Amino acid sequence: METVVTLTLNGEMVSARADQTLLDVIREQKIDLPTLCHMQGLSERGGCRLCVVEVQGAPRPMAACVTPVTEGMVVRTHTPELEHQRRLVVELLLAERNHVCAVCVVNGHCDLQWAAAKLGVASVRYEYLHPDLTMDASHARFVLDHNRCILCTRCVRVCDEVEGAHTWDIAGRGIKTRVITDLSRPWGDSPSCTSCGKCVQVCPTGALFEKGATVAEMTKERDFVGWIIRGRTKREWTW
Amino acid sequence: MSQRIVIDPVTRIEGHAKITLHLDDDGQVADARFHVTEFRGFEKFCEGRLFWEMPSITARICGICPVSHLMASAKAGDTILGVRIPTAAEKLRRLMNWGQIVQSHALSFFHLSGPDLVLGMESDPMQRNLAGLIALNPEFARDGIRLRQFGQDVIRLLGGKSIHPAWCVPGGVREPLSVEKRDEMLRRLPEAFEIIERALKLYKNEVVAKHRREYDVYGNFPSLFIGLVSNQGGLEHYDGLLRVMDSDGTILEPGLAPKRFREVIAEAVEPWTYLKMPYYKPYGYEGHAGLYRVGPLARVNLCDFAGTPKAEAELRLFRSNGRVVRQGFAYHYARLIEILFALEKIEETLNAPDVTNKHVRSQAEVNHLHGVGVSEAPRGTLFHEYWVDEAGLLQSVNLIIATGQNNLAMNRTVLQIARAYVAGQKLHEGLLNRLEHGIRLFDPCLSCSTHAAGQMPLTVELHGPDGELLDGLQRG
Repeated sequence: METVVTLTLNGEMVSARADQTLLDVIREQKIDLPTLCHMQGLSERGGCRLCVVEVQGAPRPMAACVTPVTEGMVVRTHTPELEHQRRLVVELLLAERNHVCAVCVVNGHCDLQWAAAKLGVASVRYEYLHPDLTMDASHARFVLDHNRCILCTRCVRVCDEVEGAHTWDIAGRGIKTRVITDLSRPWGDSPSCTSCGKCVQVCPTGALFEKGATVAEMTKERDFVGWIIRGRTKREWTW
Repeated sequence: MSQRIVIDPVTRIEGHAKITLHLDDDGQVADARFHVTEFRGFEKFCEGRLFWEMPSITARICGICPVSHLMASAKAGDTILGVRIPTAAEKLRRLMNWGQIVQSHALSFFHLSGPDLVLGMESDPMQRNLAGLIALNPEFARDGIRLRQFGQDVIRLLGGKSIHPAWCVPGGVREPLSVEKRDEMLRRLPEAFEIIERALKLYKNEVVAKHRREYDVYGNFPSLFIGLVSNQGGLEHYDGLLRVMDSDGTILEPGLAPKRFREVIAEAVEPWTYLKMPYYKPYGYEGHAGLYRVGPLARVNLCDFAGTPKAEAELRLFRSNGRVVRQGFAYHYARLIEILFALEKIEETLNAPDVTNKHVRSQAEVNHLHGVGVSEAPRGTLFHEYWVDEAGLLQSVNLIIATGQNNLAMNRTVLQIARAYVAGQKLHEGLLNRLEHGIRLFDPCLSCSTHAAGQMPLTVELHGPDGELLDGLQRG
């Protein structure tokens, strides 16, 4: 029998299974919490820090996606301090690379753009770094633009956990971190890439897109991850 | 004692610029220069991007004529793909380009130059603006707004928005034209025709009569003219052949394929302006022998015929004193003729049965590593030239903008007006405005031409040779 725990969420008592994360429970309760690195069906990374929540007794905000629920937990999701921190995270992401929505292939269909709009990021208080970053257009069908990558690693995880190719990985540290294909060889030369396009679809920004797409033309299909996982684990193929 | 007069900034043009006048010991104008003081660097920062993105990136060069950049850039992309775009796509691109000609020319004539033409070159500067124009001649001001709106709406109905529509792409366009939108444009056309016919009447009956001296002085000099003509030699704005003609009407180059433009056009740089100085290569830069003009005056001079009935009739009137009109003031007339032509072509194209065809985009991969795209922007011939690698990433970008090609001619026009009107050292506001109007004739878009942006205040300073400020004027 499943263990059930009870916790307090924004002043309300709620029940949850003990194997759930806080983010699962928060979403079950229809509380709107922004995320960028989280993707249903993939392992959690806890990297983007947009889903931070306040847990009573914890010394600092916790990322809800990687925090298991525990009995008696008291959680708040939308304090002014948390909202401030989420805005700060988005501002830093925008300042770190060259995000130019007006000429981006996913303008209007971008998770980062939506998060910024939802959180009320009207301006960026930090100096833009304007790094000199390249594009990899060597693949026949897809393009990687490092200028728009937020290092959420959804591409890495979907390629490893769902497609099973593990073409994508991470190289470098800190601000020099980059997503790479097959030990940093051009994507078009990758022997492991199956050209399935899952990475392109799960990418939250315009960092991965279909070749030939022009401004605002690329929309992304994300539901397939859930369909595949459900089919694989429950043998249910109801798309 | 020689002196230097500075007009900074020049107003009612698109972009940032200043004018300096150099007076000799007798107070006569020795030299005049039109300086473009802004820089943007599109050619450099586009390197490393995909050519697919270029129409939308280069459209950001300008908010007035983004469509010209969309056209030239998408056409350069077509040549990289090596495709012939679907017939309907070409018709739709032409429609958008004509919409742009209408809106941009309307802005230039009615609102940027209109205050000078209707209120007077040296009228009270407090009134010599759009507000003063509305007060004195509300119908004229309203006509300008309505005509510009029509042009903008053609662009919006095709591309989804009137500024920076991401619609024109390598291989064609993204969306076909619906029957409803076509009918909406057709419904709006009669009013646009009425407005342009009123404006032509006003120009011929009143503006020219009031500006006899200006007509003779402003930009009246022999020069070459360069622009596109259709394959048959008609008035053209989207494609065709490059023609070069001198002001005696001698055709130096009857029809060069645009991709060979480097055979006739080279660029020089000067240390005092960000705007390059293109010149006709066979004649060279020395002594500005290769000075040429582009834009409405050049196009209307270059073509053998207009190709639409009403514009053809106006073209004959335009040429009533000779095959070639060299007076810069006639840029205004040429602009109005082009609006009329564009409206007629819009009507003709909208009534073509295949304009609503759904097949509007050719698909291909990179097939050529070099591409040239050309279009006639409202201000003149626009070239986009790209070099890409096999993946389509840009290795080098060269943009030759209409306003740049008029640079030598604008400098000569300013010098000519200064020599005719500046006498002695005492400056007055009307003089400054005459110099500025000389620039406005060309309707320069400096944001484009330096792949740079702006709005102009106006300061004029008169300096002695030792830098001493002798006289000065400032506009608010």
